[in-house]
Amino acid sequence: MEIPYTVNTRADTGVNNVKLGIWLFLASEVMLFGGLFSSYVLLRVGAEPGTWPLGAEILSIPLATFNTVVLITSSVTMVMAWASLKLGDLGKYRLYMGSTVGLALVFLVVKMFEYADKFSHHLYPSESTFLGIYFLITGLHGLHIVGGIIVNSYFLVPGIKMWHTAPERFTNRIEAAGLYWHFVDLVWIFLFPVLYLL
Amino acid sequence: MSVDSAEDIKKHVKVYIMVFVALMVLTVVTVGVAYLTLTVPVAITVALIIATIKSSLVANYFMHLAAEKSAIYWTLLVTAACFLVLMFVPLFAVLDSIGR
Repeated sequence: MEIPYTVNTRADTGVNNVKLGIWLFLASEVMLFGGLFSSYVLLRVGAEPGTWPLGAEILSIPLATFNTVVLITSSVTMVMAWASLKLGDLGKYRLYMGSTVGLALVFLVVKMFEYADKFSHHLYPSESTFLGIYFLITGLHGLHIVGGIIVNSYFLVPGIKMWHTAPERFTNRIEAAGLYWHFVDLVWIFLFPVLYLL
Repeated sequence: MSVDSAEDIKKHVKVYIMVFVALMVLTVVTVGVAYLTLTVPVAITVALIIATIKSSLVANYFMHLAAEKSAIYWTLLVTAACFLVLMFVPLFAVLDSIGR
């Protein structure tokens, strides 16, 4: 059975189903991370005065700044991958999509070093409320990075064959994957100052 | 799918590069501000304002929200409303006087 409206616009929504679908998913993601941000605010406001640590005292600002740059750059390579498909340049698509996956892996490796450094100092989620919410939110964000790597790797290697049979549909898939990836970047843009700098 | 011509896409690419530069500059500003000795409420306000500017750049240009259809805007309006309610939940907890 053919999936309807993967390329054509629906008359009632004005968009194709790929775009509406991914935006509805992102709306649910906003609520998922929103709930955790809300918990963070509640825990911080409710903490005994003077007990909430400054992120910078425990966490590494240089590493997090580096990771911020990495993730923003990967957002640019992702949108360039989509633009390359719109221009019909599959070679450049491969280059940009490969870079996006590579940068995402760099982000995870840096995050792994950060976690390892905390564990080596016996700073576990059970150590304090701050570390509990820090590991929870950055861990969930990290899982989203892993999800993005899996999806983008699929579109880089096996999934790319759709380009030869249905290029417009494939381009829409990359746009949807890109919307997800930019969202993951967007969450980090808020996580970075909230957890590390304040 | 929008029917952007090759020329349009090339213009988009120039915008993406400019947005990238702006995001890098704002990242430096975010870190720089953190090293100033501001009081916590001021620091939080400044950091959130910069993060909001950065995220709106990402949403408007990389996610193409600046030129999206109304079905998407409506979806996001409902989401934003629900998100605001979530953010005010801690306030209810602070204002709660039952049992005090």
